[in-house]
Amino acid sequence: MRPVHLLAAASAALVSVSALSACGKDDKAGAKGGAGAIEVTATDSSCDLGTKSTSAGAVTFKVTNKGSQVNELEILAPDGKIVSERENIGPGTGAEVTVQLSAGTYKVMCSAGMTGKGPSQALTVTGQGKATDPRLDQAVAAYRTYVADQVADTLDKATKFAAAVKAGDVEQAKALYAPSRVGWESIEPVAESFGDIDPKVDLREADLKPGDKWTGWHRIEKALWKTGSIKDEGPYADQLVKDLQTLKAKVGTASITATSMANGAKELLDEVATGKVTGEEETFSHTDLVDFKANVDGAQKVYELLKPVVQERNADLAATLDDEFAKVQKLLTKYQKGDGYVAYDTVGAKDRKDLSNEVNALGEPLSKLAGVVAR
Amino acid sequence: MEVSRRRLFGYSGVTLAAGAAAGAGLVSVAQATEGNGPVDEEAVPFYGAHQAGIATPVQDRLHFAAFDVVTDDRRRLIRMLKEWTAAAAAFTGGHPYGSAAGGLGESPPDDTGEALGLPPARLTLTIGFGPTLFEKDGKDRFGLKAKRPAALIDLPHFPGDNLDPARSGGDICVQACADDPQIAVHAIRNLARIGFGVVAVRWSQLGFGKTSSTTPDKQTPRNMFGFKDGTRNIAGSEGKALNDDVWASGSDGPSWMAGGSYVVARRIRMHIETWDRTSLQEQQDTFGRTKGEGNAYGAKREHDPVPLDKLPADSHVRLAHPDSNGGLRILRRGYSFTDGTDGLGRLDAGLFFIAYQRDPRKQFVPLQNRLAASDHMNEYVQHVGSGIWACPPGVRKGGYWGDGLFG
Repeated sequence: MRPVHLLAAASAALVSVSALSACGKDDKAGAKGGAGAIEVTATDSSCDLGTKSTSAGAVTFKVTNKGSQVNELEILAPDGKIVSERENIGPGTGAEVTVQLSAGTYKVMCSAGMTGKGPSQALTVTGQGKATDPRLDQAVAAYRTYVADQVADTLDKATKFAAAVKAGDVEQAKALYAPSRVGWESIEPVAESFGDIDPKVDLREADLKPGDKWTGWHRIEKALWKTGSIKDEGPYADQLVKDLQTLKAKVGTASITATSMANGAKELLDEVATGKVTGEEETFSHTDLVDFKANVDGAQKVYELLKPVVQERNADLAATLDDEFAKVQKLLTKYQKGDGYVAYDTVGAKDRKDLSNEVNALGEPLSKLAGVVAR
Repeated sequence: MEVSRRRLFGYSGVTLAAGAAAGAGLVSVAQATEGNGPVDEEAVPFYGAHQAGIATPVQDRLHFAAFDVVTDDRRRLIRMLKEWTAAAAAFTGGHPYGSAAGGLGESPPDDTGEALGLPPARLTLTIGFGPTLFEKDGKDRFGLKAKRPAALIDLPHFPGDNLDPARSGGDICVQACADDPQIAVHAIRNLARIGFGVVAVRWSQLGFGKTSSTTPDKQTPRNMFGFKDGTRNIAGSEGKALNDDVWASGSDGPSWMAGGSYVVARRIRMHIETWDRTSLQEQQDTFGRTKGEGNAYGAKREHDPVPLDKLPADSHVRLAHPDSNGGLRILRRGYSFTDGTDGLGRLDAGLFFIAYQRDPRKQFVPLQNRLAASDHMNEYVQHVGSGIWACPPGVRKGGYWGDGLFG
């Protein structure tokens, strides 16, 4: 686990978005979708907007500089403050600016020579927001099913793992340990949104605060691989199962939006980058690559569900993500061994760097996913 | 709003509340400011016949990064170079690249933002292409093999080399120099981020305390040995010397390198502790000059002509001096480095040597062979990292880094 609960934190910021989408369902203006960028044509002495009005929500301006000077686009709020701007738009080039606008009359200004002055045109923004793309609602629904399946899987396998621990069968418990974590790792950001469950089941020894009681997978991991004695671990195995049962009962109530899904996918890659590539997650068992694979699969699931919308709104990003997911999956196959993966302590520095490079190569474009589905 | 570094330079009273405002989207960060503010005297022009960061005045700080290209896709590489060029033009002008604090609340900012509010600090960004970009393990990776200049050699092993492969080589290098380390680091960090999936940082080196000057009227800086070095460096104002010894010409090799230069970088670890225990006499003998004024033995002042026969035969100044090498000169642009301490409690410090030249086969290689064989200083230094890159000429507006090579 990581001590940061992104989904939980993000939900506060997302309240407005989901509230808007609820009442914007039949808003016809929403049919414009993300493709409906407002064209702005700037010259050294003019600033022409393709429209005089638009509806509230995420609004994209697509500016083209047909003048001879470097230009700057500024969107000014009704009170004259700058809502957003884009500088350094060279002659013959263009830029895109996306901004959340609520109802009101704005000014869109093109400042040739970037003097902060220039011709402007008014833009009237009406309504409360845009309807969500129905495909995003479908993606959220499908993701809920996926999350439920993964939680069921992890509970099932953790139950078998717990039985082996209680039976004192060290070898069997070792074999079942990593597979029992796969479901959890693939949906971890959702699980983390229930703040109390994550520290109970997935806390690492290094993250313990004074006075903390260490429970969960990693406690048993240490007993299995470090001390080799699991005679005292039975109650902790039971507790793990009990906590995962709680997760199963609660997970249907998780607040999930397309944006939070996308943020979760990015967060899964963060998990890989900071915990798995370094080998910190599975200090004793060195089964980090199993978690790595589960994190990537969980992120890829999110992407695949959102992909129809992403392809339409940002085809370049979709192409890059297709490419990088394929690359990281291919790279992982290099380390497959039996049903699982080689122990991470056998992966040398150069191979770890290759893995790290690929995680960065995927993580960077993946971080742009939320912005694409949010607008 | 997007707060440009240029603007903030002129309006230091403006405060940033960017992070808090970003999520709300509608909240403006600061009132609109009018006008351009003061002209940037601290911005070094990015576009021009030659890349900045070679003959332009040496700044105080360095972040030098070597990248491996991790894609086979030539199109993606070119796309990245175009994006790098646009970013480099923005950074050197004191601007963020894209949005640093405005933009969509749900997206990470384009620019990482730590340079907001800071002046350009004379930032220069200089790119070079290494031998392995043209050919690696016998493979012509991007259809560039035929364009590899003969002068872009694989450096030979020099006596005493103890090179760490993890600190050597690289398909592409970017030298970021600025008077503020935050500006130089910001530039490399953002280029690395833009490059993810296309390039990966192989190694990078921070440097401080410039050890060479291209402006001879300024005081010659001192290296970590405490000595002035590089008194006879090529100055940015020496047009003839630059043309003779620094800039490659069209007749030297491939036309895409006309106006470019070859850079050799060496991470030279100094045995600081043993040096510090060395007597003043031996220290001075090692260089062949005094520690205080920096005058060569037999000369009165630092910049006086050097009577070479008065210097010990194995002294550094005598061996490296142009007059001992048939007039051979290089343009040095090195920096001191200290990367903390090593596991033995010794300072991990030394000189990050950077030299620009017209043809390394005729300049760095013979010079280093001579120094590696005889220099008394070898007792106190070890070369632990190395690289060579071909730096193309400057970018013209509308062009991009390497357009002559890839075009």
